[in-house]
Amino acid sequence: MATKKLVRVKVNGRDREAEIEPRLLLVHFIRDVLGLTGTHVGCDTTNCGACTVILDGRPVKSCTVFAIQAEGREIQTIEGVANNGQLHPLQEGFQEEHGLQCGFCTPGMILSAYALLEKNPHPTEEEIRWGISGNLCRCTGYQNIVKAVQYAANKMSEEKHAA
Amino acid sequence: MIPQSFEYCRPGTLPEAIALLEQHGDAAKILSGGQSLIPMMKVRLARPEYLIDINQIAGLQYIKEENGYLKIGGLTREADLETSDLVRSKYPIILDTASMIADPQVRNLATVGGNLAHGDPANDHPATMLALGAEIIAVGPRGERNIPVKDFFLSVFTTALEHGEILTEIRIPTPRAGSGGAYFKLERKVGDFATVGVAAQVTVDTAAICQEVGIGLTNVGATPLKANRAEDFLRGKRLDESNIKQAAQLAAEAAQPSSDLRGPAEYKVSMVKELTRRALTRARERAAAQPIR
Amino acid sequence: MLHKTSPEIGGMGHSVKRKEDLRFIQGKGTYVEDVHLPAMVYGQMVRSPYAHARIKAIRTEAARNFPGVLAVITGQDLEKAGLSWMPTLFHDKQMVLATGKVLFQSQEVAFVVAEDRYTAADAAELVEVDYEDLPVLVDPHRALDADAPILREDREEKTNHIFHWEVGDRKATDSVLQSAPVKAKLDAFFPRCHPAPLETCGCVADYNSATGKLTVWETSQAPHAHRTLFALVAGLPENNIRIIAPDIGGGFGNKVPIYPGYVCAVVASLQLGRPVKWIETRSENLQSTGFARDYHMTAELAADRDGTLRGLRVKTLADHGAFNAAAQPSKFPAGLFSICTGSYDFATAFCEVDGVYTNKAPGGIAYRCSFRVTEAAYLIERAMDVLAQELKMDPVELRLKNFVPPDKFPYQSPLGWSYDSGNYHGAMNLALEKIGYRDLRKEQEDKRQRGELMGIGISSFTEIVGAGPAHTFDIVGIKMFDSCEIRVHPTGKAIARMGTKAQGQGHETTFAQIIAQELGIPVADITVEEGDTDTAPYGLGTYASRSTPVAGAATSMASRKIREKARKIAGHLLEVNEEDLEWEPGKFYIKGAPSKSKTIQEIAFAAYTDLPPGLEAGLEAVHYYDPPNLTFPFGTYICVVDIDKGTGEVKVRRFVAVDDCGNIINPMIVEGQIHGGLTEGLAIAFMQEIAYDENGNIQGGTFMDYLVPTAVETPNWETDKTCTPSPHHPIGAKGVGESPNVGSPAAFVNAVVDALSHLGVRHIDMPITPWKVWQILKAKGVAE
Repeated sequence: MATKKLVRVKVNGRDREAEIEPRLLLVHFIRDVLGLTGTHVGCDTTNCGACTVILDGRPVKSCTVFAIQAEGREIQTIEGVANNGQLHPLQEGFQEEHGLQCGFCTPGMILSAYALLEKNPHPTEEEIRWGISGNLCRCTGYQNIVKAVQYAANKMSEEKHAA
Repeated sequence: MIPQSFEYCRPGTLPEAIALLEQHGDAAKILSGGQSLIPMMKVRLARPEYLIDINQIAGLQYIKEENGYLKIGGLTREADLETSDLVRSKYPIILDTASMIADPQVRNLATVGGNLAHGDPANDHPATMLALGAEIIAVGPRGERNIPVKDFFLSVFTTALEHGEILTEIRIPTPRAGSGGAYFKLERKVGDFATVGVAAQVTVDTAAICQEVGIGLTNVGATPLKANRAEDFLRGKRLDESNIKQAAQLAAEAAQPSSDLRGPAEYKVSMVKELTRRALTRARERAAAQPIR
Repeated sequence: MLHKTSPEIGGMGHSVKRKEDLRFIQGKGTYVEDVHLPAMVYGQMVRSPYAHARIKAIRTEAARNFPGVLAVITGQDLEKAGLSWMPTLFHDKQMVLATGKVLFQSQEVAFVVAEDRYTAADAAELVEVDYEDLPVLVDPHRALDADAPILREDREEKTNHIFHWEVGDRKATDSVLQSAPVKAKLDAFFPRCHPAPLETCGCVADYNSATGKLTVWETSQAPHAHRTLFALVAGLPENNIRIIAPDIGGGFGNKVPIYPGYVCAVVASLQLGRPVKWIETRSENLQSTGFARDYHMTAELAADRDGTLRGLRVKTLADHGAFNAAAQPSKFPAGLFSICTGSYDFATAFCEVDGVYTNKAPGGIAYRCSFRVTEAAYLIERAMDVLAQELKMDPVELRLKNFVPPDKFPYQSPLGWSYDSGNYHGAMNLALEKIGYRDLRKEQEDKRQRGELMGIGISSFTEIVGAGPAHTFDIVGIKMFDSCEIRVHPTGKAIARMGTKAQGQGHETTFAQIIAQELGIPVADITVEEGDTDTAPYGLGTYASRSTPVAGAATSMASRKIREKARKIAGHLLEVNEEDLEWEPGKFYIKGAPSKSKTIQEIAFAAYTDLPPGLEAGLEAVHYYDPPNLTFPFGTYICVVDIDKGTGEVKVRRFVAVDDCGNIINPMIVEGQIHGGLTEGLAIAFMQEIAYDENGNIQGGTFMDYLVPTAVETPNWETDKTCTPSPHHPIGAKGVGESPNVGSPAAFVNAVVDALSHLGVRHIDMPITPWKVWQILKAKGVAE
């Protein structure tokens, strides 16, 4: 049995810590140790992106990171997207534009889009499609997901100008 | 889905990391981006007893020009290559390559050093580095050494890196004016390994004569391949459609692909020809945009 | 007659935003893997690496002694409880854990239960199995050879032949095929593929030894059927079994069968008295759970020289894998494949299907197929293009000429179906207009002169969904009705439960909209629940596009029962006879005096506070709906492709989908279903196949090689509709979830073949990979 390690991570703004095996995957740390089940597991070959979380500002596939690698770093999961119960424009956009059906890919998809809009607030359709190309969806055919992201981009742009 | 158990070390310096690698020998593996290693550990094809996480070692992530070279730190993330203005403006072949690796999330963690050191002929940077005539800087128990990339890939998953050595830098000679390069990757879908990939880098003079040329091939052999005969043919000739076509044919002849789910070998050989033609044509266009004055 | 309701009420036709979204966009859904119970343990399967082998020994001691392991169950252990085999959903049985031998790669051999999943993974590696190779059978065409290895030693008749099924008039069809002036023959293979919903299958089985109650959270599209089967097979009292299908991350038919993992988790929980969680990995999902298709089909069309169709003869070899676990109505071994006459008026037809065993994973009915309608539609729509090519006729003209005309409905097909309604010309004409067909043909001509390759593919499919009437349909004997129970509370809000179970189709919204339509209660005030067998009325579940046709009808009927009681109460409140009342959504009013009215909310309150004498309190109803017929959605899809001659890659330039599913509940949701199904069709046509090599090793058993398109590969889909209601359905709706998967593969393939038809190409089997196209281009001398 390997030496357990203490991992201290900031998750959705809160400091969390636990003693874990080094081999514990970050997705299992998030789901099973922290009890945040919004991040999902959809494959076992790093393809589907359902496990996407934001690590130090960048979206990563949490099934392909060891939790111990997150020591001293910051993670944002889907549970940290809404602001005190106020939905983020992306979350609104997904509902407005019917960007989800079964909902399983949705957390990962929202986080990838979230990171995309941070880097590129006015993406073209092509840029959106490339930006979410690490997230598979079986239900929607992506068309309404693209519209959801465009909705959010427009809303965030309006809010910025209004501010 | 679940890796075998291992001991985890996170050295803060290069000497510490090298010492750990030496101490544990074959039982230890380096963790950089982890985007190739961790999937292998999850299916238990890789079973290191010690994982040496080098991500905390300072001074290994950079993209800069110095002394006639583009120098890229081994831990530089693919995503950083994608967003680098320097790479985009002066080394677009590297942008082509980085942006075709896996998908956005993987690129946020995957490192260019790892992409080369893993020794997988299906990885994309090797062909590009071959085309660019890059040099690999490795640091190990016996100090630092400089390995020309054409001597770096020995066989499947085997590079010239000795155990205990860490790839710290990739050096690419800054191309002269009149140079251009491109990487074309044929893939079944975004995120896949290349069915075939071709990197072409050229330097032409004012008469459009090819002065320098490098052509690298992805996933058509046990290692990434340098299309030497195609390069030899083009050197000193006009980089026109007819010569490009002939060079493409020669590049195809250098390919030794296997038939697999990505297609029969015969198809891949033809695709080497097609992609070489496209890559050389784009390289020529880019070279024309950076003309010698 | 369907009243128009206000957007606040949100009845039929409103694109009401989905109620279920709120939890999903916040990551607060409850999928099976999210279920955490105290003292819960984890199960992991040990699987066979071989496709066909005898098991000489299984050694579990090392695994059992591994710290943290609670149990290791083998087929031998299950045998003692009579559970090493279980019935499939189709007249067969399958091994839960292998005894004697294994029959497909990845077959379940042992089940390890441990305190956590990491320990279970380590312990699973310690289970040792000695196998002795047996000859492998992967080619279904060889299954009936004299020297073929007999796979199922457990069956009385030692043969790999499972069934022969036929329908139609063989003699008349043979005769027409003999004499017809024009014939076209097509051999078309529909490759084995896999629905691959993003959430894999799994369960948490929780046997409470204190109460004797077994609760199973399960990824199930048919929770009630599962409960009954668990009761019958495991011998547990059905009132002590509760199946909860919580949020499900996609089904597409993959989550209809009962899998060995569920049974093992239940057995382990019974044994240990602790909750046991079993969640398969993606690889396990692709390699062992219900696959789809694998039909080797031959169609022969007979026609006059002017293109008038005379007859259709179809012969199919069905590869069912090692066990016949196809989830389909019990009288239909080839599902509803006999819809293969499609949208066309054939005087005579004949269809026969033979099923065989091979050393592959079991299944066959899945992936949005409406019980083999995908295979049937693909066959006829491809065959029509082959015939058009033969006749040198425009494929559109050939179809228009032979469509069942609107005045022939209800239409009796020569293979026994009564199509409820249709307007095939209408859908076709709208699609042609939207795509700009004439201009595209001109463009194609021009491009051909320049050696450029572009193609236009048409698919004018007819679907058959909504299984089904009790006189013909049952699954393992259970009739295929479905149900709805509605209860209206004193303050006018309502809760409703159905026997169906959505996995993304939006029932919490759409079924509420049906109730809103019928009762005028706003959608926001109606809670819809599905999936808990302790509370939901019995139903056969959601698959084969049956929810709207069957449970939707039940919802409508239950609502109407409530409305009838409401009328009595209204009459009492307004002091008039029932007959003097008129209804508009949300209220009853006195005929001629519309200001004298009672809202449904006032009536609901009165149902608990002020009832007419002799009338029971409460305002609720339940309805079990036996559909009088199936419904027949249809449409025309047109696809435009351009082919890269250098690489063989096919790019979909445009895709127009005109669907007719009758009256639409929520247009936004229907459009979403079309987008999703077309994307699955695209994947099937160009990228996906579960193939096996000659040793039975699966090729494409992970997402690395079983390719799911990303947003980059997926084009924009242009959708439109016509509306031909179903005359027998209470709200005239037909169901639509599977239409895009049914209709689109032929559109894609027809487009590629059309791009190459001037070179003499007649057919290309799916998946149409770039290298396949390139090989054709090379053979035809046009590769660059």
